[in-house]
Amino acid sequence: MTLLLVFLGGMVGAPARYLIDRLVQRLHDSVFPWGTLAINVAGSLVLGLLLGARDDLGLPAAMAALLGTGFCGAFTTFSTFGFETVRLLEEGSVLEAGLNALGSLVLGLLAAAAGFALAALLA
Amino acid sequence: MSRRVRGDREEADLPVDPDADLRHERDMFRGPAAPAPARRRTWDILAVIAVGGGAGTVARYLLGQAFPASPTGFPWGTFLVNVTGCFVLGVVMVFVMDVWPPRRYVRPFIGVGFLGGFTTFSTFTTEIVDRVARGAWPVAGAYAAGSLVAGLAAVWCGIVLARALAGLPVRRRGRRDG
Repeated sequence: MTLLLVFLGGMVGAPARYLIDRLVQRLHDSVFPWGTLAINVAGSLVLGLLLGARDDLGLPAAMAALLGTGFCGAFTTFSTFGFETVRLLEEGSVLEAGLNALGSLVLGLLAAAAGFALAALLA
Repeated sequence: MSRRVRGDREEADLPVDPDADLRHERDMFRGPAAPAPARRRTWDILAVIAVGGGAGTVARYLLGQAFPASPTGFPWGTFLVNVTGCFVLGVVMVFVMDVWPPRRYVRPFIGVGFLGGFTTFSTFTTEIVDRVARGAWPVAGAYAAGSLVAGLAAVWCGIVLARALAGLPVRRRGRRDG
């Protein structure tokens, strides 16, 4: 049952990432991978909120599997983040690569912490 | 991996996300002269991404079950998923962009779908925050730094290995003349 929920969440999360990434990348004119950054930060916020809601607000484990492990897990991506960073390095955009790596990490951690904190506030 | 000069107009039009830019992949069966209607073109790609994403997500879930982490322990499951996913994406992108003829569904299925669903950034960040909240600072720091370093190194190893296998120059020189 959990397996099915995780699968369904992933089936929605991955295409959502594709659409939002295309949308964000269309909005700017630089080599910086804003799309993946925005997706990973937003997904971290939502997953923090969901996990906090599971622990503090009694969100059912099945919902956490569908929306957390499934949707948020598939929506965010580590492989594209890594590939884009290495590509920036290969192209000589060392500053952008460093900003992408550290910026994604710091903003992602802040977003996840904000999600947990929001759930704790609601509890 | 783009063949275009960075900063010129054409490059600026390209999404940097390797998963997203599918415009240059020709339709095998139709060819550029007879493009399919825009609506169908989007929906079939989205369907392929959805199936690949669902499969990758299930694979990550099963690996997480196989490597359960304690709330203050090192999250080996996510770590292995993200590093192996980075390695495979490095390999796949070389073959998709430089070796194989354009295929409509290969990158959506493997890159955007399966590997995108397999690897995860949100679980990575929430696991770090959770460990920090429980006072497990050394584990959180080692996991954060280790994932970044190993993930980037894995992409690079994948790219270099794939180029070597394909007989391409391992280090890409400036393409400004091309």
